[in-house]
Amino acid sequence: MNAEFGKITRDGLWDNNIIFSQSIGLCPLLAVTGTATNGLGMGLATVAVMVACNTLVSYVRALIPPEIRIPIFVVLIAMIVTLVDMVMNAWLHELHKVLGLFIPLIVTNCAILGRAEAYASRQPVAQAAMDGLMMGLGFTLALVLLGATREVLGAGTLFANASMLLGQSFSWLEKVIVHDYRGFLLMALPPGGFLMLGFILAGKQMIDRRLAARQSRPATIGDTITEIS
Amino acid sequence: MSRVDLEHLRGLAANRWQWLRRQFDDLEALRQRLDYQTYLLAAAGLVASLLLGFADLATQGSIERRQAEDLLATLTQVLPAGLYDNDLLQDTITIQDGAENGLGKTEVYLARKEGEVSAVAFKLSAAGGYSGPISLLVGLNRDGAVLGVRVLAHAETPGLGDKIERNKSDWILSFEGRSLENTTAERWRVKKDGGDFDQFAGATITPRAVVRGVQSGLGFFQRHRAELVSPPPKGAR
Repeated sequence: MNAEFGKITRDGLWDNNIIFSQSIGLCPLLAVTGTATNGLGMGLATVAVMVACNTLVSYVRALIPPEIRIPIFVVLIAMIVTLVDMVMNAWLHELHKVLGLFIPLIVTNCAILGRAEAYASRQPVAQAAMDGLMMGLGFTLALVLLGATREVLGAGTLFANASMLLGQSFSWLEKVIVHDYRGFLLMALPPGGFLMLGFILAGKQMIDRRLAARQSRPATIGDTITEIS
Repeated sequence: MSRVDLEHLRGLAANRWQWLRRQFDDLEALRQRLDYQTYLLAAAGLVASLLLGFADLATQGSIERRQAEDLLATLTQVLPAGLYDNDLLQDTITIQDGAENGLGKTEVYLARKEGEVSAVAFKLSAAGGYSGPISLLVGLNRDGAVLGVRVLAHAETPGLGDKIERNKSDWILSFEGRSLENTTAERWRVKKDGGDFDQFAGATITPRAVVRGVQSGLGFFQRHRAELVSPPPKGAR
């Protein structure tokens, strides 16, 4: 059991990371990762929706015939996202003002449908919830990493406005890395996001290859990628 | 209804329930059936709509209150506190002139001190932004000079055009005190075009659109000044 959860964790955060390995969910990724704070906000909102969605799908999986699973999942996801949006707007209004922009964008994240379809619809509830949590955290990791590099290169700051998202106690996160930085426009725009994503993917491949070489076993990265595409 | 009827009904309901339970005994076979799939899809839609409907009912009031608070918070940024003693959200007048926002009409918030209109605030939409219109809230005193301008919503480039936001830079404050009298039409431009207002390094289109938007807002006020500063009494509206 524990080994299984360990594998789910490793898959979600690294081996089968939504962005780094599966390369899906790129639309929200590129849209919001201008800054690390935005990436974090989008990531956390996605975690919440993914856990809720995986849990729900896993609960009702026995009832759903494969022929109509996709429309049902779409209805469920759209419902959860809208509920989260309304509830946050009403009772967590300050947070909603910051994250509100991202929540409707979550619907466009095919990774959520992907996990519901590929994992949650075939696994018990606990595993599905864990998978949602870990895949979501892995997505958050990718978003924050990409947001942070773009923000440092594009504006010379790191976690700007983090206290608006997380509250005043997190203002220590806000850093000015390069003072009097004139800005590097390309990185703030979506093409910069694509470029940076390319570098990060290359970096991940490099690390994986090193790890594989150290453990002196044949590299599995190539297999993973072909398997998914 | 007699006792017998009731028992009969209960028996009938129990029967149907048993029948329904039996259907689910062989889930594999049930899942293959077209009618089951149709009903399931309909049920999913129904449950989702019901849940959303209830959630909407539960959150609607709260959301409206929060939005009113937000609007009031923004209004107080463009209308200095000493200028009014009325409830800004309640005291509005609708002008049938929407040239500035494309809606066909403009809702104007009236700031009154002891019954006299001392200032007005209204939303307008500045066309010609880099990525679509920019929504502005403009506060003017009764002589048509700008008390404050704030950007309500925009889709400009982060890091470049977003310096029009108050929390990103002080640029938006450069409108304060401007009017059509003290700034001639040629000066209502960004410096690059020979006017008075700064542009941003790498972004001229955004400030240009905002300057033009504020100027057109002043024009709107000038056209309707009489109605706005001495509106007809409440009952006549």
